Amino acid sequence: MFNVQDIRKDFPILYRKVNGKPLVYFDNAATSQTPQQVIDIIVDYYSNYNANIHRGVHTLSQEATDLYEQARHKIQAHFNAKFSHEIIFTSGTTHSINLVANGFSSLLKKNDDIIVSALEHHSNIVPWQMLCERTKANLKVIPMNEDGELIMSEFDKLLSKNTKLVFVNHISNALGTINPIEYIIKKAHQVGAAVLIDGAQSAPHINPDVQALDVDFYVTSAHKICGPTGVGMLYGKEEWLNKLPPYQGGGEMIAEVTFEKTTYADLPHKFEAGTPNICGGIAFGAAIDYMNSVGFNNIATYENELLEYGTKKLLEIEGLKIYGTSKHKTSVISFNLEGIHPYDVGTILDKLGIAVRTGHHCAQPIMDFYKIPGTIRASFAFYNTKAEIDTLVEGVKKAKMMLS
Amino acid sequence: MSIEEVQNEIIDEFSMFEDWEERYQYMIDLGKDLPLIDDQYKTERNIIKGCQSKVWVHAEMDDNKIEFTADSDAIITKGIIAILIRTFSNQHPKDIIAANTDFIDKIGLKEHLSPTRANGLVSMVKQLKMYAIAYQTQLN
Repeated sequence: MFNVQDIRKDFPILYRKVNGKPLVYFDNAATSQTPQQVIDIIVDYYSNYNANIHRGVHTLSQEATDLYEQARHKIQAHFNAKFSHEIIFTSGTTHSINLVANGFSSLLKKNDDIIVSALEHHSNIVPWQMLCERTKANLKVIPMNEDGELIMSEFDKLLSKNTKLVFVNHISNALGTINPIEYIIKKAHQVGAAVLIDGAQSAPHINPDVQALDVDFYVTSAHKICGPTGVGMLYGKEEWLNKLPPYQGGGEMIAEVTFEKTTYADLPHKFEAGTPNICGGIAFGAAIDYMNSVGFNNIATYENELLEYGTKKLLEIEGLKIYGTSKHKTSVISFNLEGIHPYDVGTILDKLGIAVRTGHHCAQPIMDFYKIPGTIRASFAFYNTKAEIDTLVEGVKKAKMMLS
Repeated sequence: MSIEEVQNEIIDEFSMFEDWEERYQYMIDLGKDLPLIDDQYKTERNIIKGCQSKVWVHAEMDDNKIEFTADSDAIITKGIIAILIRTFSNQHPKDIIAANTDFIDKIGLKEHLSPTRANGLVSMVKQLKMYAIAYQTQLN
């Protein structure tokens, strides 16, 4: 049975005060909070298992290796990858995307097309721009509509035999729109293009099945799903990962080295040069265990309730406009008060202990589309409450009063 | 009045406020009253881009003293600009170069001048000093 008050007890940070007020944490789309169960795993690792992995013959090294590889298996099972070596540990979503972009630089040629969406985070635009500069491939963009949804008929028109890669986020970080990735993957495959899905925003809300989706690459970060920062993953189909060249040179990623030639290690080690974030990887696995113990169906149902409640309450404030009004969205509300800069509202809310994100959310093209400097973004997690939303609404009213 | 005297005057004014709300309300009112920069100077060249809010600054020298005008698209940022301009404007370039902004700490607004705040204010203070250095060079 899902009980939010019980869940909150797992998160020590939710009991701290900010500027003398109880913290209301609504910046979950930027980073989620860490439950005690994951904190304990981190402490346990450094207290009992800390060692370098994969090469030591001593007990600590073997135990640490076992824990790290168990985490990989947990991640594999969670996303339903066919093989555990299809899960590559990275430092996070951005690293994963760069790894794929870099790999594609040897596969692309002039006049090939890469398609991205208008809803992308900057980290999803810049690597492809760099790749296109290097390879003389073209970057094409799926446009969005006023509701913040991608226009699929336009996507259909962009596809051709020149399309080599399609890159879309599963959920927009700035607006919360859930993109129709099933359709995008199916259509892209019909022209022989590979698809990379950015799951940074979806992994905390939806439990994707990479085999059912038939997606070629799926990337996410641990810190979005109650894990630590600095660790994430790249899922890639075995055939694709074998096709891509290694990203970084170093220890762990080699099979044999002479000065004449180096042969690379098998998957996943080919992409995991150097000592990895061992504790982070283990804690990533623990975070997935935690999320599954809460249950993704419970999470989705409850967060939807928060979204509906928050949307209704915020819209009661005169002059408040919500950006991103798709019927298919997660618990993200991006909004502005008429005639008031989002930075000002965010500053007043912070004084009241309410953490929201303000600005362009690293998604300037979206802000340009709406012709606004940015928005105030409140993003809810399963440990938030309706009472906290009431606090937000009162805070926004106060900010409005002070600023107009 | 010297820069230090103006800063002390501001510290006195802020000491009357009981809580953050009064401080912020005052700052917001200052922001609203800030003499706007002439539109002809609100150019791309005079813009200081923060990640969150934009700031425009223009400087002119008259009788060996620099006069600054500025604006921002966010009102709280504008309020802080009003305070900074009050201390730095109508001062001799060499005094501006030597001045510091420690008083911002004393009036409880330190967080706004933090580099992580990304509101353009840190760059703005740098820009005010750059103008002072440039005008000082002219005077030498």
